[in-house]
Amino acid sequence: MDSPEVVEIRSQSDIVLVRQKVRALAVQLGFSLVEQTKIVTAASELARNTFDHGKGGTATLEILDRDQQRGLRLIFEDQGAGIANVELALQDGYTTGKGLGLGLGGAKRLMSEFEITSEVGKGTQVKVIRWLH
Amino acid sequence: MERIPILKMGQFLLVTIQVDMHDRLALTLQDDLTNRIVKTGARGVLIDISSLEIVDSFIGRVLGNISTVAQILDAQTVVVGMQPAVAITLVELGLSLTGVRTALNVDAGMALLQHSIGLPPGENSDHGQS
Repeated sequence: MDSPEVVEIRSQSDIVLVRQKVRALAVQLGFSLVEQTKIVTAASELARNTFDHGKGGTATLEILDRDQQRGLRLIFEDQGAGIANVELALQDGYTTGKGLGLGLGGAKRLMSEFEITSEVGKGTQVKVIRWLH
Repeated sequence: MERIPILKMGQFLLVTIQVDMHDRLALTLQDDLTNRIVKTGARGVLIDISSLEIVDSFIGRVLGNISTVAQILDAQTVVVGMQPAVAITLVELGLSLTGVRTALNVDAGMALLQHSIGLPPGENSDHGQS
């Protein structure tokens, strides 16, 4: 397995950088154009959450091999304020910021697997995977 | 400062987004378009997104805001050229771009704008119908 790539998210330009790096990996893995678009869109939403709500953090990109399946895993981590009510945050239309409140729920729909852990005052970690069929 | 160029053609403003926009650039475009509508009295705005590889919720919101503000300033907005993969992803994301008019390509978009301000197809002059 290739070693994971870590991208710092410290500015808006880094969100663009995350999109580009995720796109390159998705292409390398052989995802279809529609799948690439879904993965990159999910990555963009999550990277923006990390920057806007988490006050910056990291994105870790890696190719995953599990049970004879290949996939792309993205982990977004921040040490920001955390999310008090994760279930509420996942609901479409719920937002504490100025967005549309589609980021988390939308990213969940666009990926195969979605896992979020968050602690108030400590930060948030979101892990998503998209498997190649 | 980085900016997306806005072209004026007759009574319309044309924008082609050809870069992977960071969020502030999208907001700058929104402000620039608003100012240009007021300054030129444009009746329509055509935004070509055929080069955009993704539209996420932020860009979607900006497109919606541009349409709404333009409407208030008596200008119609049409977004053209969305890639199929982008359209499929938008639906799954849960973004319906309510209030944003779309057309398949620039030709169809121009025809829509001309129709919306009561011009016969192909006519787009600065000097009215006289």
